[in-house]
Amino acid sequence: MTAIALPYRAALRLRPATVVSVLVVAVLVVALIAPGLLTTRDPNAIDLQSTLLSPSWSHWFGTDDAGRDLYTRVVYGTRESFGIGLGATALAMVIAIVLGFVAGLARGFVDTVLSRILDVAFAFPVLLLALLLIAIRGPSLGTVIVAVGIGSAPGYARMVRGQVLHVRQAGYIQASHALGHTRWAVIRQHLFPNAMRPLVAMMTLGIGQSIVWASGLAFLGLGVAPPSPEWGALLDAGRAAITTSPWLEILPGLVIVVATLALTSLGRTLQHRLEGAAR
Amino acid sequence: MTTAVLPRALSVPSWVRTARGALLKIATAAIVLVAAASITFFAQLLVPGDRATAILNQQTGRAQQYTTAELAPVNAQFGFDRPLISQYLDYVTGLFRGDLGTSYTQHRPVTEIIGDQIGPSLVLTAAALVTAWVLAVGITLLTVKRRRAVSALGSTWEALTASLPPYWIGVVLLVVFAVQLRIFPVIGETSARGTVLPVLTLAIPLAGFLGQVTRDEFEKVLDQPFITTARTRGMSDTAVRLRHALRHSVVPAITLSGWALGALLSGAVIAENVFGRPGIGQVLVTAVNTRDVPTVSGIVLVVAGVYVIANLVVDLAYTVVDPRLRAS
Repeated sequence: MTAIALPYRAALRLRPATVVSVLVVAVLVVALIAPGLLTTRDPNAIDLQSTLLSPSWSHWFGTDDAGRDLYTRVVYGTRESFGIGLGATALAMVIAIVLGFVAGLARGFVDTVLSRILDVAFAFPVLLLALLLIAIRGPSLGTVIVAVGIGSAPGYARMVRGQVLHVRQAGYIQASHALGHTRWAVIRQHLFPNAMRPLVAMMTLGIGQSIVWASGLAFLGLGVAPPSPEWGALLDAGRAAITTSPWLEILPGLVIVVATLALTSLGRTLQHRLEGAAR
Repeated sequence: MTTAVLPRALSVPSWVRTARGALLKIATAAIVLVAAASITFFAQLLVPGDRATAILNQQTGRAQQYTTAELAPVNAQFGFDRPLISQYLDYVTGLFRGDLGTSYTQHRPVTEIIGDQIGPSLVLTAAALVTAWVLAVGITLLTVKRRRAVSALGSTWEALTASLPPYWIGVVLLVVFAVQLRIFPVIGETSARGTVLPVLTLAIPLAGFLGQVTRDEFEKVLDQPFITTARTRGMSDTAVRLRHALRHSVVPAITLSGWALGALLSGAVIAENVFGRPGIGQVLVTAVNTRDVPTVSGIVLVVAGVYVIANLVVDLAYTVVDPRLRAS
């Protein structure tokens, strides 16, 4: 993507928050690709001699009721949590791009109908729409991804539509029409790439948000089920011991918060940069 | 919104246009509600397998096939034996009579189930909305356009709290104030003392969000000429903030209150779950677990309805309050 080619001076003006976010995301990517680099333990190794230990030097996040090292489980859970986040965001984006482009390009009647459909979809909060789908299909990894993806699609669809309407007014679009390019060629070569510009930023924001939704569902016991080290499932598993071993609940939650904050902050920075580059 | 093409003198009186606009908005809201109801109706058809079999299995706790004779009374009770179109029309017209169908597991009207449990949830939601507003306005008034460190503190706090997931805030509040400090009860009660922590769980992230919106607007307003005028008249900083800037800066956040009500009701599902507090959220989670689709759809539809009506009210109140919107 050309989006990465930032102006040299802009690259130098890095805020501390951005640096921290990049570092956090880098650690997450390592946990995603090679969790073995961040921990030497096995996420499923049961040790009944050391159950429910509070955080210490040997167990940074403490241990759970089966003596499994919580830090190791969080590291290995990254893959599943991000898998859900990526899957749900990708699904939402596909729906959003199709709806947004059709509405933005067709305008008129088709646009009105699609926009009204989006208004209706907006009346359903993401969590409740997800719960309705889970009630119908039963809780599973696939249902969670589909539920969160469909739930968050309308917001993105509205953004894509706005972007298409904005870009099609640009001078270079009119110029290429005037030069005699076919409608399809203009859409493919100019409109599509330019309207897609903010998408990298939107996806970064979307992944963080999807992880929060999915872990919320798991927390309610309606998402990914406990033996899995998915972050929400860890929260669900820790609930029984909340009064005696609160770290089982607070630390995985903190990881979700930090990961989401880093992704959100990075997404916002990208958004500002790309807006600047588009001018 | 349409712009008046006719010159003022020839156009219809303004109150007629206002009334017409209001009627149009009410009609649109009604259409959105019917469309939302259609979605929940057709969603029920997506239940895998035969619904009557699923209901019987749910009742008996078994997973087996039944004979047509065994399924017949269930099909008749829920109307599955009737043509789809008449089921659909029944469902939609039923909504206007306050009928949301019958629960698969409790075998009583969904409206009754919701009616029994919605009280504590409404108290929680309303209290959270008020608390969020007080927090947001208070923090904005105190920190916006002050010394750099103070302003930065305010906006960092907002950015941080706005992105906290409700289940995590709930857990932290529970552990700190109920388990460790023992100020509030651990097990959810609907008493005032038991309501404090759930309310804060919902109010803190919402306050962060409303605060961000209000702060942006506040900063813009403080740069406006009429603020400078007020200052040159010798008005104190506090008076300028309270009497002039505040009124303008809360407008965009008020628009979001309709949306916030929907968000709070869905957040209440999680807050009630964390604190074991009775309410519609608990009913919803149980219903999702037992695959009681009519109850789930009913609750989802009620929340969607609250969202649509709240937005309609905000929208209508606006045209009355803000003359700039009436003109266009």
